[in-house]
Amino acid sequence: MTVKNAVAGTLESGDIMVNIGPGEGLQIDLQSSVAAQFGRQIKDLIAQTLEGLGITDAHVEAIDKGALDCTIRARVTAAAVRATGKDVWKD
Amino acid sequence: MRNSKLVSLEEAIRRSGLTDGMTISFHHHFRGGDKVVNLVVDKLAEMGFKDLKLAASSLSDVHKPLIEHIKNGVITDISTSGLRGELADAISHGLLKEPVVFRSHGGRGSAIANGELKIDVAFLGASASDELGNACGVPRSENAKSICGSLGYALPDARYAKHVVVLTDDLVAYPNLPAGIRGADVESVVVVDSVGDSSKISAGAIRDSKNPRDILLAKQAAQVVINSGYFQDGFSIQTGTGGASLAVVKYIREEMVRRGIKASFALGGITAHMVKLHEEGLIGKLIDVQSFDKVAAQSIATDPSHVEVSSVEYASGQHTGSATHALDIVILSALEVDTDFNVNVLVGSDGIIRGAIGGHQDTAADSALSIIVCPLLRGRIPCVVPHVTTLITPGKSVDVVVTEYGIAVNPARPEIKEKLEKAGLKVVDIQDLARKATSIIGTPDPLPFGDRVVGVVMNRDGKVLDQIHIVK
Repeated sequence: MTVKNAVAGTLESGDIMVNIGPGEGLQIDLQSSVAAQFGRQIKDLIAQTLEGLGITDAHVEAIDKGALDCTIRARVTAAAVRATGKDVWKD
Repeated sequence: MRNSKLVSLEEAIRRSGLTDGMTISFHHHFRGGDKVVNLVVDKLAEMGFKDLKLAASSLSDVHKPLIEHIKNGVITDISTSGLRGELADAISHGLLKEPVVFRSHGGRGSAIANGELKIDVAFLGASASDELGNACGVPRSENAKSICGSLGYALPDARYAKHVVVLTDDLVAYPNLPAGIRGADVESVVVVDSVGDSSKISAGAIRDSKNPRDILLAKQAAQVVINSGYFQDGFSIQTGTGGASLAVVKYIREEMVRRGIKASFALGGITAHMVKLHEEGLIGKLIDVQSFDKVAAQSIATDPSHVEVSSVEYASGQHTGSATHALDIVILSALEVDTDFNVNVLVGSDGIIRGAIGGHQDTAADSALSIIVCPLLRGRIPCVVPHVTTLITPGKSVDVVVTEYGIAVNPARPEIKEKLEKAGLKVVDIQDLARKATSIIGTPDPLPFGDRVVGVVMNRDGKVLDQIHIVK
């Protein structure tokens, strides 16, 4: 699947901003206000969500402001849809 | 006047006999607007002092310049109620070799009164002073430049320090009486441009929170107060300044008016909200150790029923006459509460110091009913946890925890639980609250603490309660 540069989310408290671009394999750079306690879980969730959408090659830069899992899943999915042009909600 | 006490800051320091290694003290009544700590410590650094112990009633963001003074060896030891901002961050990462000693306001008062905390020279800012050192936190002339209201945290220093220097930005004619700081206790008076920026006493204007979660928490907390059995004519109350705490007062007020109930006194940090209820005749006396905003500061200047008390009279655990012993209800906030009802208000869940003990330990311990109001989660940070990061107020002092997911009652207070259930409130097990938090956010990884101790938390009885470790 071709991945273009795309972004979803905001830098508001409780949100996460997800930038997706081309890459080889999944590379995830995370900055998080809760990195010490939840960084590992958040990275795992981003990877799982992308893999679930069939994306195995991408470079992700995420800036997290304490988002919950549901928000992270939604923002990663929206960024992926924009990056691939494949609308997972419609198709 | 012969042998005038009126001198320059440098002369006052010289006269005080201060030497390296001694203890200097300050109050924090100007909160974020304080100018005295930085002014005095800069001068002490310039005069070449080293290895001083700084005993502040509290420190905040504005005291960032202390970082350089610590690096240069001017300050090597700190005791305080709290730390915030960059100074707190640097200390959490190991800036200071000696651990910071944290005491509650009542605990600090006791420690000064019983000689455990010995102050060599107190530097006390005041909005008005006469040449003999009769000093207060309210304006006494039309030239007044500042107002901070009660000087409650400075009064033990004034009484017990070996040497007292008053700094003021308005020198008035003798006699500046009544005055909390008595000239008989004061050795020098220094006139400065400004002791503090009064507009920064309250961090942000006091207003009703529009956050729907705060409003829900406040309504629940008000219901707890109203149905607790302590909501009777003549009751007494203390609240914090957070959005939820302020809103609680609003809902309690409505019920007081409806039932025709009046409070005998409100205690603690006094806010504009409490002043309003007092002026409406709903609260008899305001007992004020710290004026939390300008409205409160102005009220204490003019209203004889609004009374200044020292931190000893306010909340000492070692003086049976302190006001907390007469307190019925206190409403407090928390960074974390654990399943044993222990509370942390000092260290963030990232391990960084970001708060103050304040009167939390004191009021929770002595009041008849202590209510903690906090959301279950702040973003992804849980507020109800299996174990608090740092123990500040022991669970045996905490009676009720109000969250948006339900109200937990300490098993030691079954009669309160029964009353709240009877009133139809949603009473839940605190274990269920912790489980609910975990089900939403997952289990946090352990914090990256190192072995070195950067802070020691004292209980109000003078015993060590917990230690704060360095963050890697």
